Amino acid sequence: MKEIALHIMDIAQNSVRAGAKEISVSLSESLSTDTLTLTIADDGKGMDEETRRRAADPYFTSRTTRKVGLGLPLLQMNASLAGGRMTIDSAPGRGTTVVATFGYRHVDRPPLGDVGGTIALLILSNPGINIIYSHICEGAGWSISTREIREELGEDAVTDLTIVRALREIIGENVREVRNNESGYDKY
Amino acid sequence: MEKLKSLADLKKIREDARVKLDLRVKGDNPEGLVLVKVAMATCGIASGAKPIMDFFVDELDKRGIGAVVTQTGCMGYCYAEPTVEVQLPGREPVVYGFVDKKRADEIIEKYIKNGELVEGIIPVNYEKID
Repeated sequence: MKEIALHIMDIAQNSVRAGAKEISVSLSESLSTDTLTLTIADDGKGMDEETRRRAADPYFTSRTTRKVGLGLPLLQMNASLAGGRMTIDSAPGRGTTVVATFGYRHVDRPPLGDVGGTIALLILSNPGINIIYSHICEGAGWSISTREIREELGEDAVTDLTIVRALREIIGENVREVRNNESGYDKY
Repeated sequence: MEKLKSLADLKKIREDARVKLDLRVKGDNPEGLVLVKVAMATCGIASGAKPIMDFFVDELDKRGIGAVVTQTGCMGYCYAEPTVEVQLPGREPVVYGFVDKKRADEIIEKYIKNGELVEGIIPVNYEKID
């Protein structure tokens, strides 16, 4: 995974498979504390302690199509390579929250990538799930959700390809604006 | 396209889109929509499935083909990622492997538009995945 955006796409699929009704993705950038924090929280079926403990083991997976599960291990690896860490908080019936932190200025921190495109595709592919995305930069933020889009544009808007393409622009544009309001972020 | 900032900007586009979509559905695809599923598990994403899904979303929309584009999980063909399952209305689904933009373009032009099979089919005793 070369971009944070691809990790988001990947880890969010776990939430989809866990039967989540709501997936909340947030990216928080802070040059002042030199951290980038990615949080993916869902209200899916959650994991028991044993599963949670083994989730970041590449040779553990709940799938039957193959014997490895690399999503969380790769995120954990990228976080630690960039001076951060990954934590998983989960309980059966309560959902799962994955938090990954990265050293913001660390040379091995993956770039953000096409976050707008990723969120737009997640919204398109999972019309039954309320996807919430928040982008925070030095505490100031912007957010969007499937529910908001539905309320504004109608129930079937989220599966309309034209809308989804425009959504990619809108998310990208707002994320840029949030970042441009703070100094120093143009370098990253 | 002019710069879009908010959902309110989108509302107008939405109105135009609705008209366009109606034409499409009634016009070239009376029986239903084409279903395109891009495999998007770790293996697919790492192999570049996201740009391929973007490509399908953009091109199917631009070329006025009524389609549903969505993600699916790993189908077990990790070696052949990115893989894409295409189901034409009333037909069995077909899975294509090693899909790059060139092949994606072929899939749209030949298979989706004309029902002509293109290179790269994963030949399996294939049952539709959920």
